[in-house]
Amino acid sequence: MSSHASTVDPKKAELWDTHHHTHDVISTRTLGYFLYLLSDGMLFATLFAAYGVLSYQHSYFGGPTPAEFVKPWYTFAQTIALFLSVLAYGFGMNALKHKNKSGLINGMLAAFVLGVVFLVLDIHDMNHLYSMGITLASSGGMSAFIVLTQVHATHIFFGLIWILVMIAQVMTKGFTEETVGRLLTLRMFWHLQAVIWVFVYIFVYLWGYIS
Amino acid sequence: MLVDLPGGWSPLLGRLAWSQIPYANPILAPLFVAVVIGAIIVLGLITYYGKWTYLWKEWLTTVDHKKLGVMYIIIGLVMLFRGFIDGLMIRTQQVWAVGPHSSGVFGSLHGYLTPFHFGQVYSAHGLIMILLAATPLLVGFMNIIVPIQIGARDMAYPYLNALGLWITAAAAALIMISLFVGDFAHNGWFEYAPIFEMQYSPGVGVDYWIWTLQLVALGTTLGGINILATVIKMRAPGMTWGKLPIFVWASLSANVIALTSFPALQVALGLVAADRYLGAHFFTAGMGGNLMLYTNLFWIWGHPEVYFVILPAFGMMSEIFPTFSEKPLFGYITMVLASMAIAGVSWLVWLHHFFTMGAGPYVNTAFSVATMLVGIPTGVKVFNWAFTMYRGRLTFNAAMLWAIGALFLLLIGGMTGMMLAIPAINYMVHNSVFVVAHFHSMLLVIVYAIFGSVLYWFPKVFGFKLDEFWAKTMFWLFSAGTALVFVPMYMLGFMGMTRRLEYVFNTGWQSYLDVMEFGIVVYTLSVLAFFILLYVSVRDHAKNRVGADAWGTSRSLEWMTHSPVPFYNFAVLPHINERDEVAWRRQHGIDNVRPEHYDDIHMPNNTGVAIILGGLTFVLGFALTWRIWWLCIVSLLAIIVLMIIRSFRGDPGYIVTGAELQRMEEEAYRREAQIADSHHSHPVSGGVVGNAMAYQRNDSSKRL
Ligand code: HEM
Ligand SMILES: [Cu+2]
Repeated sequence: MSSHASTVDPKKAELWDTHHHTHDVISTRTLGYFLYLLSDGMLFATLFAAYGVLSYQHSYFGGPTPAEFVKPWYTFAQTIALFLSVLAYGFGMNALKHKNKSGLINGMLAAFVLGVVFLVLDIHDMNHLYSMGITLASSGGMSAFIVLTQVHATHIFFGLIWILVMIAQVMTKGFTEETVGRLLTLRMFWHLQAVIWVFVYIFVYLWGYIS
Repeated sequence: MLVDLPGGWSPLLGRLAWSQIPYANPILAPLFVAVVIGAIIVLGLITYYGKWTYLWKEWLTTVDHKKLGVMYIIIGLVMLFRGFIDGLMIRTQQVWAVGPHSSGVFGSLHGYLTPFHFGQVYSAHGLIMILLAATPLLVGFMNIIVPIQIGARDMAYPYLNALGLWITAAAAALIMISLFVGDFAHNGWFEYAPIFEMQYSPGVGVDYWIWTLQLVALGTTLGGINILATVIKMRAPGMTWGKLPIFVWASLSANVIALTSFPALQVALGLVAADRYLGAHFFTAGMGGNLMLYTNLFWIWGHPEVYFVILPAFGMMSEIFPTFSEKPLFGYITMVLASMAIAGVSWLVWLHHFFTMGAGPYVNTAFSVATMLVGIPTGVKVFNWAFTMYRGRLTFNAAMLWAIGALFLLLIGGMTGMMLAIPAINYMVHNSVFVVAHFHSMLLVIVYAIFGSVLYWFPKVFGFKLDEFWAKTMFWLFSAGTALVFVPMYMLGFMGMTRRLEYVFNTGWQSYLDVMEFGIVVYTLSVLAFFILLYVSVRDHAKNRVGADAWGTSRSLEWMTHSPVPFYNFAVLPHINERDEVAWRRQHGIDNVRPEHYDDIHMPNNTGVAIILGGLTFVLGFALTWRIWWLCIVSLLAIIVLMIIRSFRGDPGYIVTGAELQRMEEEAYRREAQIADSHHSHPVSGGVVGNAMAYQRNDSSKRL
């Protein structure tokens, strides 16, 4: 193993890259973004762990628990809005395959509007909790509940800004290597947020409701 | 305002007030004056010599991975120096404040530091050494070496690379400014719940700690993504995974750890911030908080982090040993597997940092066994290095000495780590200076590997070798310091001396502390030797110019291109045939074959956006620390807007024409021939310090 036997004939060996293999910009970019999303996934995994530790009965310190205020159907409406948003984005990306600019922009706009619906419902929900006197400061359990759900909402907020930016970029620049690469990475981001929402919905809202 | 702040707060300045500037402190005030005078002199010199445009064009806006790497290393060395001064202060306090009769000055009952100030010093020391010295130094080396070793012209994302650097610089600036504006955390580098809560630590120290760490975490994550993508996507044709240089494997495994573990730190810090800023109850003693949740979250990152810093150091040693043993690395495949195994197991051992939490015999046993498992791959590595040297033709130059020193320290640190991994022993020595001695042995492995690498790769980056005599002097002084400081520390640990004492109650320990103080003085001499080393080497650089293969026995791809490395790394990318391509070509006498013709190449443009974003993250961190809300909002908005603008503009890059490449290459070859037949009898100019004429682009290159 230590003496690595040579298998190439040095006289005939190819020494320089004469074929000019180039690096595919889009795939390099999506790979990097995928790596970033891995770290984003770890971020949520850690938050879920913290939530797990802080969702025992004693974590609520005798104060309000999710069972008292979670409305599963309300949150289900949020779920539907976010999923439809992802679907609309998918239709937009389908239009991209046919180089259909207006189709893409329509899909993105629909995704944006549905995302806004999700976020408005979330903000309304938080306001409702606040009006009942339930905040981060109520107990360790409520801190974990609110931080986990609102970190997710913050991701959605920045995703919405990004969607607007991409609509503007597609309108001004069309489909270049850069914009297409970004549309793909944004799609990965948007899908991941929807997947994480599934976990939030099941483990935080539904679980909290029944326990 | 969301939580009740002790002390004042104003909308304009937040918690900032004149009283926060420690101008009456007998240590900080003179230091502040010295820093201001030093800064004025440096800025004045730059202005006097008219170097601002050079600095801006060649360094501050660069996206060249080598220059960014050099700047990472400069930040790391500066912070290493700062951390060293902290260490000197800690040792001096402990040797002074022994027993009830010891004197006290500067308002301190014993010694010269008050407990609060002493707490800040050791907290800053730990944080700086691990995250702002070791980490940037290693990231710097990975930045410089990885792309060249895999035959690439740059990182996968050059702009992101610059961003990572400037965010790290912002973190360093934030912790430095905490010296003079407000104070730093005083509860240890990893903090404890609930003492970091607002109630018990009402100052801004913990807030500085939060945002400094948060910025480092962000910068390191960005850097990690970049290196992973670079290795996966940018390898030269023919470089299959089995031919990857070992340092690249080490960097790869380290950055897998970084990418997956830093988010845990970011969450832990984010939750501390939620407690302190929003009144949440994650880690409070009452209201349903959980103290040990913090400790768990921190060490879930913390243990992988220690392997994140040691794996690249292992990689460096794996490059130095073969070169100066004139043999290929023994057990390449086992080395790769060992790195990956260490990266994997590093995730399963975090609880060994708090066996005393009392999780019960089953949990403690499981983590104890997992911890000991790390010893297997580590042992494999030690044997591989030993067998690499076995029957090799050894050259004991300074770089090799540092690598061998690292090997010995690894043995000591690893053995004591194994002892600590046994809960029954751990209950005895936990939080004693025995633990401190253990992890210093380990972290010194990194420092030794880094100094070895500085010597080893310096000629590649700058085109001339460092002075051997002073490098060896530094090594021996440093090693003497290591022995004098840490042998007594292990002994004191066994005798029961706990860590972080600002007052040592047992006068029987005085003689040990005296030896350690002497050791730190010897360390100080080695720091001086390092400065002399730099001075002498730069003075004599023309005598020490080197060609592409600086050592004559090197093996991996970085030694194929010129020294100093041109900005395009390789005029024509090499095609890789063997694992140790350079050694293979040399062996078969084809190392002088040049490419037949040169084609146009595409390079990224410089950008000022990265440094501006770095500056803005600094402002954001400062504003968050002092709760200047308007400034938080303004800087955050500025960051977002700038990022959007940058994404609209993009970077088309520019073309270097084949003709121009040929001109630069011929110039470089001409220099190399001169160096080769001068036999050091008459000096050859060039290199970075002389003038890097060879790679001057003239403006005929096409801008896109
Ligand atoms: C052979 C592998 C290793 C083993 C078995 C091991 C074991 C341990 C154990 C059990 C502790 C906890 C001691 C206590 O607080 O009671 C510890 C602490 C520590 N180790 Fe290691 N370790 C190993 C390698 C490393 C490496 C490679 C590094 C860094 C490069 C490192 C850095 C540290 C640090 C920084 C601490 C203490 C942090 C603190 O309390 O401030 N260790 N080690
Ligand atoms: Cu550990």
